[in-house]
Amino acid sequence: MLGRTAAGLFWMFRYLERAENCARLIDAGFRIALTRGGQSAGEWESIAATAGVVSAYRNVHDAFDGARVIDFLLRDRRNPSSAMASIEAARTNARAVRTALTREVWEATNEAYLILRDILAAPVSERGLPEALSLIRREVAQVRGAFHGTMLRNDIFNFCLVGTYLERADNTARILDVKYYVLLPSPVLVGTAADNVQWDMILRAVSAQRSFRWLNSEVSAYGIAQFLILDRRMPRSLAYCYAGLVDNLKNIGSDYRFEAPSTALAAASHRRLAEGSMDEIFASGLHEFIGAFILANNDLGARIEADYRFYG
Amino acid sequence: MAGARRAYDEMWGAGGNVAGTAPTPPYRDYCAWYDSADPAFLKAKAADCERVFRRTGITFNVYGQEDAAERLIPFDIVPRIISASEWRRLSRGIEQRVRAINAFLYDIYHRQEILRAGRVPLNLIVSNKAFLPEMIGVEPPGGVYTHIVGVDIVRTGSEEFYVLEDNARTPSGVSYMLENRETMLQMFPELFARVHVREVSDYPRLLRRSLAACAPRASSGAPVVAVLTPGIYNSAYFEHAFLADQMGAELVEGGDLRVVDGCIAMRTTRGYRPIDVLYRRVDDDFLDPLVFRPDSTLGAPGIMDIYRAGGVTIANAPGAGIADDKAIYSYMPEIIEFYTGEKALLNNVPTWRCAEQESLRYVLEHLNELVVKEVHGSGGYGMLVGPAASTKEIDAFAAKLRSNPDTYIAQPTLALSTAPILTEKGLAPRHIDFRPYVLVSPDRIEITPGGLTRVALREGSLVVNSSQGGGTKDTWVLED
Repeated sequence: MLGRTAAGLFWMFRYLERAENCARLIDAGFRIALTRGGQSAGEWESIAATAGVVSAYRNVHDAFDGARVIDFLLRDRRNPSSAMASIEAARTNARAVRTALTREVWEATNEAYLILRDILAAPVSERGLPEALSLIRREVAQVRGAFHGTMLRNDIFNFCLVGTYLERADNTARILDVKYYVLLPSPVLVGTAADNVQWDMILRAVSAQRSFRWLNSEVSAYGIAQFLILDRRMPRSLAYCYAGLVDNLKNIGSDYRFEAPSTALAAASHRRLAEGSMDEIFASGLHEFIGAFILANNDLGARIEADYRFYG
Repeated sequence: MAGARRAYDEMWGAGGNVAGTAPTPPYRDYCAWYDSADPAFLKAKAADCERVFRRTGITFNVYGQEDAAERLIPFDIVPRIISASEWRRLSRGIEQRVRAINAFLYDIYHRQEILRAGRVPLNLIVSNKAFLPEMIGVEPPGGVYTHIVGVDIVRTGSEEFYVLEDNARTPSGVSYMLENRETMLQMFPELFARVHVREVSDYPRLLRRSLAACAPRASSGAPVVAVLTPGIYNSAYFEHAFLADQMGAELVEGGDLRVVDGCIAMRTTRGYRPIDVLYRRVDDDFLDPLVFRPDSTLGAPGIMDIYRAGGVTIANAPGAGIADDKAIYSYMPEIIEFYTGEKALLNNVPTWRCAEQESLRYVLEHLNELVVKEVHGSGGYGMLVGPAASTKEIDAFAAKLRSNPDTYIAQPTLALSTAPILTEKGLAPRHIDFRPYVLVSPDRIEITPGGLTRVALREGSLVVNSSQGGGTKDTWVLED
């Protein structure tokens, strides 16, 4: 496979994941705004922070209010990580690697782009927002479904999943990072109404309200952090993403009969997650833990790009 | 220009569609089917086609359009049908022509006998931008210069076919030939049970075989074939990806290529891998920044050295464009006779070379009845269709022509045949042309029974180019 093709597949799936996460974040923010009315400016800023677009946003707007943040995250051309920009980038990458994709995957991606381009051509009204957000998730799910249903399980498949898990781990980590102060186990805040809304926002942003409730009788900071960081059953947890990264990188390695440095790097991170405990993480500082994780995750991405000659 | 003479109609013949006329023989079975079909069903199918094309992303990019978006080439569901005997006749003429083109190219880059014999003027070659001195004395692997040729043919009467131009560089459009057929098979399976149409789906396999047969050296396994594209913003990117996919070849860009150990190699996830045959869809100018345009990022630095040393096959060969230059075109009858010893089987359109004083005078006096084209232009840009132009346009063009006569040729306006398209009001005739695709390998010439029929969708228009509002049709060659 061409290095450029591997890069295209990797980024196509990173952008798909990003678009979906963006839709979920907006949804979480929108719920908070509905329940809290006018006092949500801080919440919208934290949502922009989670999406990593605070400085881009400040370049064009002064204050954080719901309608503007939503539009910025959803479809603003000045935001290169908006849901629409991500879908477009995913599709541009898909076009560049068309020969590596099945017809079904390409068509699902192309159709997602065509449909969302029309829906997001103009600002989305508050009333139309839930439908637009669920459409984004549905279209991405179509691509994913076509991908799992039709693609050969080879290095192409592996590079797509590597992009997916790397992006997802980054997204989950950033949600935790922005909310880490909520998760600090502080007896003062526990049980307050504000706190519950915050937790709900976190679980919503990772589509885990229901599964969390299956596994936990009550909501606690400890429980949520444990769920999102260490629980391997949770498909957006850091541990799950890293198990997936290691699996896929190992498959590529055995296919190529070559153990790349990135595989060892991913395996080391995975081990830390598999063997870690929440007590240790809270003791050494959640914020520090997540900060280090995000940096290591970025380094892994760069290492993968170099190992498989994405750009030269 | 319509109006002047009635054009030959592929379905109804010279008389056109008047009450009581029977369809021409190749259309007989199709017409019987058409007459029995529900018009609402046909309209619904035509709309379906557009949806299918858009979803599958069969698009092309138009240069110079405001939203540089990808567009669809409109597809018409009424096929253009060619009988077995018409096809035999065309094939013989095409094969003769393509043979002559390859012999001409070999000669031009070696002993230049045709120039010595005075059959083609020397200055037409040496002053021509399409002539590459870098290719003099180079032996292309297998002796093939034009691995893929598209010959543009128009019809003016039941027995009259003309070659409008040869495409010896990188003829495009073959993906439409394949996708149009695929679409028709999906839409009207019952029709193909009724009318026996020859297959075109073999083209990618034959292309691969033909390219592999021209590989430069005995490699241990199957030769590695790659398609070189300028990238996703190129107007024909869809086709490049499509052909690479269908051939099972890598689709590479300039940035993927590098000279490694005397080979052209592509950067893969496992290191550099040598390429044997490069089917390039990049113009000569951009192929090698060390030899041609230094600012090109679309090619591979050093590829010409490797090529000259016999380390890689480039298809089509650099410099092949000298054979399809519009100024050379007018010498094709002489060229065919010189190399094959036979008269040309297919007509050339009479052509005035504006570089010649007398011709220029004639052309200026008859601009309102001629088509004037830039020698190096393509895609229908920068041309004058005299009968359709206003006096003002003609005057402006005359000025351009006087100041730069060498760059123009002129031809009579041909009454291109028409074929019916499906419109809101039923069938309506529109002018068409035809591009069959020819594959050349060291031991054979293969012509796919079919091709790309382009149709001018605007009533009376003679411009079939997709960039100027043309559409396409499936082209059927009937079984004997």
